[in-house]
Amino acid sequence: MTEITEVPSPFCGVGTDDLKIQVDGLTVKVLENGCAVNTPAFEQAITDTQPRVDGQIVSLDVAVAKAAALLKNTALPVIGGCATDVNGMRGLLALADHCGAVVDNMNFTRARNNFLALQDSGWMNTTLAEVKNRCDLFLVIGADLEVVVPRFFERYIWNAESMFIEHTEQREVIYLGTAPSGSASTSPNGKAAQVLPCATDDLPEVVAVLRALIKGKPMRAESVAGIKVADLQVLADKLKAVKYSVITWAAGALTYRHAELTVQTVSEMIKDINNQNTRCSGLPLAGKEGDLTANQVCGWTTGYPARTRFSRGYPEYDPFMNDTNVLIAEGEVDALVWVQAFNSQSVPPVTDLPTIVIGRSGMTFSKEPDVFIPVGTPGIDHVGHAYRTDNVVAIRLKKLRNSGLPSTADVLNAIDKALREETVC
Amino acid sequence: MLIKLTGGQVYDPASGIDGQVQDIYIQDGRIVDKSNGDFQVDKEYDLQGKVVMSGAIDMHTHIGGGKGNIARTLLPEDHRQDPVSRSDITRSGCGHAMPSTFVTGYRYAEMGYTAGFEPAVLPINARQAHMEMGDIPILDKGGYVMLGSDDYLLRMLTAKKDQKAINDYVAWTMNAAKAIGVKVVNPGGINAFKFNQRKLDLDEQNAHYGVTPRDILEVLATAVKELGVKHPLHVHGCNLGVPGNVQTTLDTIQGIGGLPMHLTHIQFHSYGTEGDMKFSSGAAQIAEAVNNNKNITIDVGQVLFGQTVTASGDSMRQHYNHKFASPNKWVVMDIECDAGCGVVPFKYKDQNFVNALQWAIGLETFLLVNDPWRIFLTTDHPNGAPFTSYPHLIRLLMDRSFRNEVLATIHPEAQKMTTLASITREYTLQEIAIMTRAGAAKLIGLKDRGGLSAGNWADITVYTDNTNRQTMFEKPDYVFKDGELVVVDGKVVHTKWGTTHVVQPDFDPSVETGLKDYFDRYLTMKLGNFKISDDEITEDGRGSITVHPLHI
Repeated sequence: MTEITEVPSPFCGVGTDDLKIQVDGLTVKVLENGCAVNTPAFEQAITDTQPRVDGQIVSLDVAVAKAAALLKNTALPVIGGCATDVNGMRGLLALADHCGAVVDNMNFTRARNNFLALQDSGWMNTTLAEVKNRCDLFLVIGADLEVVVPRFFERYIWNAESMFIEHTEQREVIYLGTAPSGSASTSPNGKAAQVLPCATDDLPEVVAVLRALIKGKPMRAESVAGIKVADLQVLADKLKAVKYSVITWAAGALTYRHAELTVQTVSEMIKDINNQNTRCSGLPLAGKEGDLTANQVCGWTTGYPARTRFSRGYPEYDPFMNDTNVLIAEGEVDALVWVQAFNSQSVPPVTDLPTIVIGRSGMTFSKEPDVFIPVGTPGIDHVGHAYRTDNVVAIRLKKLRNSGLPSTADVLNAIDKALREETVC
Repeated sequence: MLIKLTGGQVYDPASGIDGQVQDIYIQDGRIVDKSNGDFQVDKEYDLQGKVVMSGAIDMHTHIGGGKGNIARTLLPEDHRQDPVSRSDITRSGCGHAMPSTFVTGYRYAEMGYTAGFEPAVLPINARQAHMEMGDIPILDKGGYVMLGSDDYLLRMLTAKKDQKAINDYVAWTMNAAKAIGVKVVNPGGINAFKFNQRKLDLDEQNAHYGVTPRDILEVLATAVKELGVKHPLHVHGCNLGVPGNVQTTLDTIQGIGGLPMHLTHIQFHSYGTEGDMKFSSGAAQIAEAVNNNKNITIDVGQVLFGQTVTASGDSMRQHYNHKFASPNKWVVMDIECDAGCGVVPFKYKDQNFVNALQWAIGLETFLLVNDPWRIFLTTDHPNGAPFTSYPHLIRLLMDRSFRNEVLATIHPEAQKMTTLASITREYTLQEIAIMTRAGAAKLIGLKDRGGLSAGNWADITVYTDNTNRQTMFEKPDYVFKDGELVVVDGKVVHTKWGTTHVVQPDFDPSVETGLKDYFDRYLTMKLGNFKISDDEITEDGRGSITVHPLHI
């Protein structure tokens, strides 16, 4: 039995790296600094360790050969999920390049709200240590932050010490839209966050008014979506008066059509505030199950985020057409590879397509895939790298136990190699 | 295997060889001496009439790290203009302004380059820089770690820590980030921007720390020298792009008091305020100062016309420059109490007065600095232009009539504001070889690179001599990397992985006591998780680390 300290987590999105973990054989137990997201993700037991073809246990070599054979004569395979570490994505992109596949990260439709805004007008953003040390007003738009990242407030807002905020408990926290479901946002001295509540799909209207007030435009309406314009005016005045406000949102929580326009309005408003003699920054929340990792690695390998196809021999990005679900529904693809090394609950869509799953041990399927290869989890079974929510910091994941499970990269590289050998023959 | 390169005209400034015909032998990846004895040549290349140089080294090119990937993500429409297909031996990707990693490696190699150095490695983003560079094939690479706006250093200066303590911190950071040099960007300015300061002159105080850029330059340049790091402090000065900044740059040169200092993309820091447009060339003054101060080296950061994207650690200046974004979209980030970045697409136009004069200022600088060992050929890729424009730039330097033809086409008011037409100098092949090979290797402190004498690694480029220097330099006949033939007739024929060049200056291990406390209290990562381990670069079997000697 061993105890490992300073363990980084690839699960919570903010790169928490103070976990203390006990390893006993294959059993992992979080001793300190766990949370509702990280603890179950680390402690999940390994169930299956052997690959299956058509439901029958086979060797890894046989499973790899079968996967390569299934991919060999495909016209347009899609590689979905894309939930793995940096080396896993490297292997995935090499395979996709060689077999002309579509690469589509499973969270891309949500992340698209950010990408479309970024690629149209850009933004001014910050990172977690800046929040921890500089943020004096924290505005949360449309997200129930503590459900997504349970330890966010503890680590970055109510931190005991801060370089530039004398008393962190005096930081102001304001929610616009969704109200927090718990009390993590209440300051250590008992001050609850202010909430300006509205329905999520009213946010476009509300943030448009807030931006107009920031810019000093006269507003005839007295309320918008149930929020008094006077209250929004107070918020606008605060954003302009404080020294370093941070505005956060979760692209995935903006569950209405064209939510990219909300991200854009917020991001442009942040730029406006920076033109009024103070500082303000955005902090988009993401980083779940390798989504930022997928987009980063795909970004440097192809120039584009992880919704990109290689079918014409070179990468082509399309944030709408390259959606796995759309491609399957339209009958455009003829094989599905599902890569998900973090979450055994996240299984591929059920289709009649030849299906290869490279997944975390413990996946259960309503329809057995043609090939299932259980792989190790980055940060538990093997070392690796993952990006956290601010998209700047890559964390170094540790190997905690010797499970013998191959990594995503091992498996995808083997399939790629087998496929190339078949092609040459 | 013994390879013989027979009868080429060799330009090897490192050995003082200037165009003499010499044979070169390659064995086990290195150049070997075979002047006598019995041996059998396994493969011979007849290079009669060809020009032979060592592989070129780009000492300042943004090829790895977060801001580059932001630039990529920002510009899908630029990539679509230059899709790159896969082949049996190469990966697909995109080219033009900010190419994908694989294409970066191929296109550099196809121009005869065998190494590139990322000049702006944020300590907290160093992991990403190395991962991106780990996906650049063929080239060797390395990085200069960015300090000077990090709160840790500024706290040390406010607390009047001694130079020894600062040296330890700098050395520790270089080891942790796997760097070969130290860079400072807008010294203290990136930090000041977080406190809402929008400009910071050389002697202007940071509003919170009371520290000036001059203070920061002095302690960092001293640290680099005292640690024995061969590459001088790499300085992106104050006031980038600001008309009148020539005076800041001259003051920076004088202020460093003879310490070794490299001023990067100096073109962007050489602007006067004369003329109707209040924008003029300061190149002559800068060149004079460089000629007179042997402790100073520079690279130019030449602007060439067309679409590109600027990606810089200088969040303060890039925030100002967003007004010129084309297309109009841009990103500025504050980063981790460490630094920041700004990404702004630019389209430099020959009919825009400012852009045209920037072009002329860069060329004036190249032509007025006398010593090619102290000036380096860069466009600050991608900030002044993509690296793929180097052959065109070499032609501008080597061919006066071509230069004057282009000059005659730019904005007429800019033509009046430059002395370029009167400058007769044309660079020689040997001078090009110094700037892009021997000089660069010497400046960075690369052992066994940048030369063609026995003992050097066999990074070798062979060109067909051509009076059109652009044609000559954009399509080498052969490129060898570590003795392996990787390019024939300007096309990649074989790929391999280069090494990562680092230095490992010593530090007092007790430096970690203060750092651990700081990390635990204020940062978001544990000290132990911050440091990059060797196996992060080598574990996939592709990367390797080459440690270079220090000045003893």
